[in-house]
Amino acid sequence: MRALLPALSLSVSVLLALFPPAGRAADAPLSEVVRETAAPAAVTGLQARDYLDNNDRGDKIELSWCLSADDGAGALSVLEYRVWRSQAPDEQGELVATLEPGTAAHVDTGVTPGVAYYYRVEAFDGALSSPAATAGPAVGRINLFQTSRLPVLVLSLAFFAMVIWFTRLAARGTNLFVRRIPGLNAVEEAVGRATEMGRPVLYVPGIGEIDDIQTIASLTILSHVAKIAAEYETPLIVPTARSVVMSAAEEVVKEAYAEAGHPDNYNPDNIRYLSDAQFAFAGAVSGIMMRERPAANLYLGAFWAESLLFAETGFETKAIQVAGTANVSQLPFFVTACDYTLLGEELYAASAYLSREPKLLGGLKGSDWMKVITICIIVAGVVLTALGVPQFGRWFFTQ
Amino acid sequence: MRREIPLAITFLAGMFMLVDFFVPHHRVSAAGEELKQWGTIVIAASILLGIGNLIRVHSKKIARRQSGWGFSLVCLSVMAVMLWFGMWPGAKLGPNPLVGSIAQGSYFNWMYLNMDVPLQGTMFSLLAFFIASAAYRAFRLRSPEASLLLISAIVVMLGRVPLGQLLTKGLPEKATLPWLTEAIMTYPNMAAFRGILMGAALGVMAMGLRIILGIERSYLGGEK
Repeated sequence: MRALLPALSLSVSVLLALFPPAGRAADAPLSEVVRETAAPAAVTGLQARDYLDNNDRGDKIELSWCLSADDGAGALSVLEYRVWRSQAPDEQGELVATLEPGTAAHVDTGVTPGVAYYYRVEAFDGALSSPAATAGPAVGRINLFQTSRLPVLVLSLAFFAMVIWFTRLAARGTNLFVRRIPGLNAVEEAVGRATEMGRPVLYVPGIGEIDDIQTIASLTILSHVAKIAAEYETPLIVPTARSVVMSAAEEVVKEAYAEAGHPDNYNPDNIRYLSDAQFAFAGAVSGIMMRERPAANLYLGAFWAESLLFAETGFETKAIQVAGTANVSQLPFFVTACDYTLLGEELYAASAYLSREPKLLGGLKGSDWMKVITICIIVAGVVLTALGVPQFGRWFFTQ
Repeated sequence: MRREIPLAITFLAGMFMLVDFFVPHHRVSAAGEELKQWGTIVIAASILLGIGNLIRVHSKKIARRQSGWGFSLVCLSVMAVMLWFGMWPGAKLGPNPLVGSIAQGSYFNWMYLNMDVPLQGTMFSLLAFFIASAAYRAFRLRSPEASLLLISAIVVMLGRVPLGQLLTKGLPEKATLPWLTEAIMTYPNMAAFRGILMGAALGVMAMGLRIILGIERSYLGGEK
């Protein structure tokens, strides 16, 4: 029996060398495998600070650190990081998290708001822990301002101030120049053409819900189109994919007919709810185009894959087509298949452009000046970053 | 008052959502979420208005035997069948609730998967033909801009298929079609894309401000 023990010990050593435990490099020398007295290198740069999210309850503290030198490298592979939390700097405290190797950040979600906490982070290799890195005190607070959104607030306030200033200027009678938008000039022409041909006008306000700003922009244009159609006594068909949009469109068209002095010409059956399903709606609108042959098709609002189905069907029926959307991916289809296209911002400018109301034109001028400022900021950011001053650009990073 | 009350509600709701964006306090966030849920409930409930409109418009068409009234009849019949299979309370065939249920395995679900989905898929697949006809018109050499579009399109289309790689194999990297495709998509295309996007974003902000402040009100019906 005595002779067996050294032989068994030798066999275990050899087996350990050939089949090392998980987490160790298979080709690690035997001397390093059996060395269990050295702990892994400690993490460095541990920081603890209040974590600010969009639903801030003051109950989170964010930790970040640099990985241990033995994490993924070195002889002693780190198997996990252990995060300890205490209310005194010299206490070990409570283990609040064990994290995978390669993790260099953690959000501790169990803290009490207003209480100061100290943190210790250790790298653990399965046998020994590294010396702890410490940080603190850190306090979780209920914040009243999302600091990462400061640039958004500053630029928004500047923008709003400009819009209000130009609106006041316009209200005082200052003439504000607005460039010509051919697509909007074509709206009246399109309705006129439909009148001459004795055929209806088709107005599709997109498939967006009422909470989509493009849909609201479209309804403001619908008001103008309905007024022109009412004056020309031309039927206006408005198919909708959302029932709330249908209700709003009914109201808008009805009021426009009343304002134009032709309330009797308003036909509620021309404001139609078709389907919420995207391609069922596309099929139904295409059917209206083929059966009722509108002479003018206006597609203004939020569109997705159905845009080309509409535009190509309309092209087949030889209708004059004006389209507009802020969904950039659909613009090429409209540009290709329609006679006129409103690109992005022109959709939002339409209401002001068509009504020429000074108050609305002020908003357009404000947008134009904000664009100038945006261009200046982009150029300054590019130049400064290229010159090795990235702070300016970084200030605009937001969450 | 007919206008003032909606405008006041718009102002208050709009300002609150602005505050919600900048203030992370959990009570503000919770109220913001609540407000969004109200919106969702209102929108969901409004489907009844849509159904009412659908029934009214198509019933009139059928009653007056207007052109295409047969399609209206099909539309209303199909809607009635789907409603019955999806909602009729207590109607059960066998041990499983195959009627009055929208669960997997129910008749409603079967009709949805085997009728509605293929029909929508058919409409979607028509896009392939429409893209071909639209591309044919767009790429005709009518003007310098159209020529530029044609050349760019050829480069991009070829650069994204193995044939493009084969055609320019052996050339310096910056003369190969895949590299040119990437360059076109990353620089001129992306620059135009972002330009439009930024303009649209400012348009949204201006429009939002006009609506919140009550300057823009034609979406409520009329302008006065």
